[in-house]
Amino acid sequence: PEKPRLPPARCPPATLPPAQLSRGRAARRPHAAPLTAVVPAGTVDKHSVEVTNCFSVPHNESEDEVAVDMEFAKNMYELHKKVSPSEIILGWYATGHDITEHSVLIHEYYSREAHNPIHLTVDTSLQNSRMSIKAYVSAPMGVPGKTMGVMFTPLTVKYVYYDTERIGVDLIMKTCFSPNRVIGLSSDLQQVGSASARIQDTLGMVLQYAEDVLSGKVAADNTVGRFLMDLINQVPKISPEDFETMLNSNINDLLMVTYLANLTQSQIALNEKLLSL
Amino acid sequence: MSTYLCSQVVLKIIKHYQEEGQGNEVVQGVLLGLVVDDRLEITNCFPFPQHTEDDADFDEVQYQMEMMRSLRHVNIDHLHVGWYQSTYYGSFVTRALLDSQFSYQHAIEESVVLIYDPIKTAQGSLSLKAYRLTPKLMEVCKEKDFSPEALKKANIAYENMFEEVPIVIKNSYLINVMLWELEKKSAVADRHELLSLASSNHLGKSLQLLMDRVDEMSQDIVKYNTYLRNVSKQQQQKHQYQQRRQQENLQRQSRGEAPLPEEDINKLFKPPQPPARMESLLIAGQINTYCQNIKEFNAQNLGKLFMAQALQDYNN
Repeated sequence: PEKPRLPPARCPPATLPPAQLSRGRAARRPHAAPLTAVVPAGTVDKHSVEVTNCFSVPHNESEDEVAVDMEFAKNMYELHKKVSPSEIILGWYATGHDITEHSVLIHEYYSREAHNPIHLTVDTSLQNSRMSIKAYVSAPMGVPGKTMGVMFTPLTVKYVYYDTERIGVDLIMKTCFSPNRVIGLSSDLQQVGSASARIQDTLGMVLQYAEDVLSGKVAADNTVGRFLMDLINQVPKISPEDFETMLNSNINDLLMVTYLANLTQSQIALNEKLLSL
Repeated sequence: MSTYLCSQVVLKIIKHYQEEGQGNEVVQGVLLGLVVDDRLEITNCFPFPQHTEDDADFDEVQYQMEMMRSLRHVNIDHLHVGWYQSTYYGSFVTRALLDSQFSYQHAIEESVVLIYDPIKTAQGSLSLKAYRLTPKLMEVCKEKDFSPEALKKANIAYENMFEEVPIVIKNSYLINVMLWELEKKSAVADRHELLSLASSNHLGKSLQLLMDRVDEMSQDIVKYNTYLRNVSKQQQQKHQYQQRRQQENLQRQSRGEAPLPEEDINKLFKPPQPPARMESLLIAGQINTYCQNIKEFNAQNLGKLFMAQALQDYNN
C-alpha cells in the first residue's frame, strides 16, 4: 500500500500486479492491445488514502486524442461495489514512465468522479532499470484568468500489509530466488526449519554488531543499545523445574492428541471395511 | 499434474477473506486461467459477493457473465477453470462443495477447488490447497446413485474422494521486478508467529469440530445398523409367513379345499429404504481431513517444543 505524504495513500500489493499483467499481456499478444489505465478504489482516511483494489479499463491513445471507455469503467465499478460496498473510486493509474498531456485530460475526468483524485504511475517499461511506482495529486497553477495549468505534485508511497498478506507476500517473494520463478508450498516441519534459520541469521547479525562495538570497530549507538536491552529483558525468567513441567505437560498434550487422531482415523478405516463386507 | 498459480491470485484470495470473511462465513470466488498441456494455469480471480437477505433478486449468473465479459475486454484470461473457498479450521468436505465441484469438473475436466485456510495462514505459513474429485467419484456422481450397493461396486473409500493437486506459484518477470521493489521499500516486519509455542487454543477448537463430526458419524452408523436390522427382521418375517402359508396349504389339502392363492410377498413386506451412503462418506472424509491437519499441527509444535527444550538445556 502506498502512503503519499500530502494525503498519504496506502495500497496493498494486490493492486499492483494487475498493472504488470495487463502490460505484460499486451506485450505478448501480437496485435496491438490498447494501453490500459486502471482505477484504484479504496477508502479515505483523514491524512492518508488507502488504495485497496483496482481494475483495468481499456483506452486508446493516439497523437492528438485519447479515448477512455467510461461506460466500461462505470460497469466494472458497479460490479466491484457488490463485493466490497465500502470502496470508492480514488483515482486512476497508468502504466508508463511519465505524465503526458493525455494524463491531464484523464485526470480531469476523474476529478469529477472522485474528490481530489490520485494518479499512480507504474513504470513497466523499466526506465533506469527500476520499476518506479509513484503517486501524484493535481494542483492548479498559473495565473488566474489567463493561462491555467495543472501541476502534479508527488506523494510519498508506503506499503502496508495485513498479517496474512505479509505471510503470502513473503512466500511469493521466494520466487525471486528460483531460476524458473517457481515455488511450491512447503510442508510443516520444513517451515519451522526455515523460520528458525531466519532467526538464527538475525541473531548472528546482532551478535556480530555487538562484537564490533566491543572491539571498537563500530561506534556504539544508544538507540540500538536500548533495543538490545529490551530484547534481553524480554526473555522471561523461569526456573528450570517450572520450565520442565510446562514443557512436559505441553508435550504430553500433543502426544495424546496425536494418538487420538490416529485412533480416530483407524476407526473410520475399520468402519469402511466393515461396511463393505 | 500440477497447478500453476500466479501470485496475484494468492494475494487476491487473502485480501478477499480479510475484507469479507470475518467470522464463520465462507468466502467464495471464481478462478480464471487457461489449460496448457496437462497443467492448469490460474492467472486471475474475482470474488463472489456474499448473499444478503435484502439482495433477493441478485443474480449470480449475471454477475459472473458481466465480470467475464468485462475482463475479456481488457485482454485478461476469462476462462473459468475453477473456484476457491475459504475454510474454518479445515472443514470443507460438505455436500455443497461436492456438488459445485462436480458441476465444474463436468464442464472442464481439469478444474480445481482452492481451499484457503486463513487461520492456519495467520499462524505463519500460507495454507492453500487444490483439490479435484477422483474419476471414480465423478462416475458415481454422474449416476446420482448413492445407495450402498452402488458405492460398494464403485469401491470408493473416503480416501478416494478427493485428490490433492500440488500447487506451484509462478510469476512473470515483471512481477518479480515489482517484488524486488516492494522488498526494498517495505519495512522489515519479520513476524515470527510460526515459532510461537502456544497451541492449546487451536487444538481445542479443532478437537471440538472433530468431536462434533464423530458424533454425527456415530449417529449415521446407528441409522445404518437399524436399517440392517430391519432388513434382517423383515427377512425373518417373510420366511415365517411363507412357512405358515405352506402349512395352511397342507392343512387345506388334507381337508380337500383349494389352496390359498399365492400372494405377492413383496407387496406385503415393503423393503425398508436403504439410507444414502454419501453423507457418511463425506463425514468420514471430513474426519480424515481434521485428523490430518491435527497431526501436522502437532508435528510442528512438537518440533518447536523440543527445540525450546534443547535451548533451555544449553543455557543451564
